[in-house]
Amino acid sequence: MKAFLSSTALALGLAVGLSAPAFAQDGGGAGAKTAEYQPDPSAKEGGSIVVTYKDDVSTLDPAIGYDWQNWSMIKSLFDAMMDYVPGTTELRPALAESYEISEDGTVFTFHLKTGVKFHNGREMTAKDVKYSLDRVTDPKTQSPGAGFFGSIKGYEEVAAGTADGLSGVEVVDPQTVKITLSRPDATFLHVMALNFASVVPQEAVEEYGADFGHHPVGTGAFKLADWTIGQKLVFEKNADYWRDGVPYLDQITFEIGQEPIVALLRLQKGEVDIPGDGIPPAKFQEVMADPEQKARVVEGGQLQTGYITMNVTMPPFDKKEVREAVNMAIDKDRIVQMINNRAIPANQPLPPSMPGYDESFKGYPHDPERAKAMLAEAGFPDGFETELYVMNTDPNPRIAQAIQQDLSQIGIKADIQSLAQANVIAAGGAKDQAPMIWSGGMAWIADFPDPSNFYGPILGCAGAVPGGWNWSWYCNEDLDKEAAEADSIVDPAKKDERDAMWSDIYGKVMADAPWVPVFNEQRFTMKSPRMGGADDLYVDPVHIPINYDYVYVK
Amino acid sequence: MLAYVARRLVQSVLILLGVSLITFALLYVLPADPVRQIAGRSATPQTVENIRRQLGLDQPFVVQYGRYLLGLAQGDFGRSYLQRTEVSELITARLPASLLLMAGAIVCELILGLTMGLVAALKRGTATDQALMVSSFVGVSAPQFVVGLLLLYVFAVRLSWFPIGGYGTFSHLVLPSLTLGILGAGWYSRMMRSSMVDVLRQDYIRTARAKGLRRLTIILRHALPNAILPVIAMIGIDIGIFMSGIVVVESVFGWPGIGQLAWQAIQRVDIPIIMGVTLVSACAIVLGNLLADLVTPFIDPRIKLQ
Repeated sequence: MKAFLSSTALALGLAVGLSAPAFAQDGGGAGAKTAEYQPDPSAKEGGSIVVTYKDDVSTLDPAIGYDWQNWSMIKSLFDAMMDYVPGTTELRPALAESYEISEDGTVFTFHLKTGVKFHNGREMTAKDVKYSLDRVTDPKTQSPGAGFFGSIKGYEEVAAGTADGLSGVEVVDPQTVKITLSRPDATFLHVMALNFASVVPQEAVEEYGADFGHHPVGTGAFKLADWTIGQKLVFEKNADYWRDGVPYLDQITFEIGQEPIVALLRLQKGEVDIPGDGIPPAKFQEVMADPEQKARVVEGGQLQTGYITMNVTMPPFDKKEVREAVNMAIDKDRIVQMINNRAIPANQPLPPSMPGYDESFKGYPHDPERAKAMLAEAGFPDGFETELYVMNTDPNPRIAQAIQQDLSQIGIKADIQSLAQANVIAAGGAKDQAPMIWSGGMAWIADFPDPSNFYGPILGCAGAVPGGWNWSWYCNEDLDKEAAEADSIVDPAKKDERDAMWSDIYGKVMADAPWVPVFNEQRFTMKSPRMGGADDLYVDPVHIPINYDYVYVK
Repeated sequence: MLAYVARRLVQSVLILLGVSLITFALLYVLPADPVRQIAGRSATPQTVENIRRQLGLDQPFVVQYGRYLLGLAQGDFGRSYLQRTEVSELITARLPASLLLMAGAIVCELILGLTMGLVAALKRGTATDQALMVSSFVGVSAPQFVVGLLLLYVFAVRLSWFPIGGYGTFSHLVLPSLTLGILGAGWYSRMMRSSMVDVLRQDYIRTARAKGLRRLTIILRHALPNAILPVIAMIGIDIGIFMSGIVVVESVFGWPGIGQLAWQAIQRVDIPIIMGVTLVSACAIVLGNLLADLVTPFIDPRIKLQ
């Protein structure tokens, strides 16, 4: 017997921790707290806004784009099977009208919406979904996101180049796609909401070839009207958008190559609506001290943690007591103050806005005396010398100095190695090179709001490989097993149980102390006075930095 | 003359080959791995290896460099690792902006530098002379990003005379040109001053003065044309200075030229772009120097090309 779980129930499960029946029918969610988005009654249609970014937009190909600036742009040009309720981390169906999950959690069947058109006018069908998934996993596409689809049956063969398409993705009929996984994967619906899972039309991809990223054709709320390389991009409202009522804006102009400080000055003069790179650190205090400017700042959480890694394979960090002592030596409050309170102190790998965050977890206290005693017990009464790697852009070297000072309090003499980002990443990925790394500037920002996203590549055995991102080289096979077990719980009815398992996993990680979690960065988005829409849209946890589809001009 | 140009062109090609080899080698030994940048954080080691193989980055240095040269010989600069666009397309799209900025900077440095030098030479030994020479010294030594931000703050933010960065109209051009030109203006004022002082000491000037010509006529008709020519011949050499200056100035003003492209590419280890911009700049410098050498004999017939 096969049991089917409806999309509403799953969305609910993720949202409110499940009180709804697992067999509820889709479309309505009667009697339960629904995760539906309530349209803003004061929203107005029309108008155009100016958004600035410092760096070039590299590509708008959803299979390839993975930058701060193109992430949200791609979300507005393309759609995937799933997305999130605006301003939240709650999943909702997008191009899928509804979906079903088999009881064992390995078969996902998506029923597509009818009448959804690509920007070129052609109707989207199940064939496009299959083509898009085959394309993103094809090694020739060189997608940085290919690995996310590793749980789909047939992925290994495609990745190895021995198969042309994913055997696990089947077109049942023009409106139905059946995806079979090789293992149960609780995060799969999140994966189907990633940019990498966006549906693209084959004919447009083939027409433009490698330049598809400059001629994007999707089903999204906006379409690309003009792109002057290195200067600006213009997005135009997609009048045929399948979601009723949105987008509100007629046009968005992205001006590229603007330093954040210049963007801020232009905002003050009313020439810019959203400085996409945020408030420059040097101006932060000035802005926050001015009531008029502060009123235009929206603050929100971010799925990010800044941490210090200690390489557990390099003595003396192979001793747990030493790592615990370092955890107790760091004065996190002072570091947060140093960056003008743009973050909150952390005590565990997960950020507070992530499901699975353990509020009752106390973490290591700041206690240099005890840290010193522990170091002595571990056999280092006089401390030792080590190296701290750090990325060389402000404020990271300053933070490293604060860490250095804290360490010297307990007798550890840390030499700061301040390098370019790529070099620090390379040092972290080499087994015997970097004893300690401050992750700032390269810190982990979750790809999707699921607790598992902070484990595999950065704390699991899979990441502890040359060139990997597990810079503490911490590999605990028991925890890997628990993680796999947690991720096999696909049933939304057990969402709480799964989150609790993850809390437990991170608790055990902290008991081994391969990291010092230092802070969770807050996001501060500035907007011009004429911008309308709920604050949540300006610090949307998924549409980073802002949700272009739902904001409007007052 | 033709033989000279031909010889210089052959030399130029050798220089460019050398530049390409050194740059390529430096990028090769760089500890940063471009494949990790392309693959992103969530990529599996398998994805990383796939990409490495496809880009040919698993090959030994000689093979990689050989392939690059082979492409170059066919006019192919390769595709950007991160943008996946033809490097030649990226450079062509941005080159006009950089050329415009350089033209603006040449105008600024000539007007500023020549005027300052001329005035200083005529007022030699006075307080004006000293003030001008001190300011030219400041112009030569001030970091361009400081000058840029200062001009931006005063003239765009406080006084609103010019737009705050960007590209498009004449008024957008003024501040970045000025920033880029101030360095050259410092040099030109010093050269102009010494060249003018030199000419004013010449016998024919003394003759003109003895003839009873008016001072203004002597300066404008007899002294200035002779003093200015050797200075003008230096413009070709300026191109080298501009090439390093545009990286900073374009970033400060959001000017969409190749300097900004280079800066972004360096931060992200996008080797094909770094190589492309380096070669284009090297080409410009080599040609600029050649041009300067070719122009000199016309200006000063005493110099002959060997």
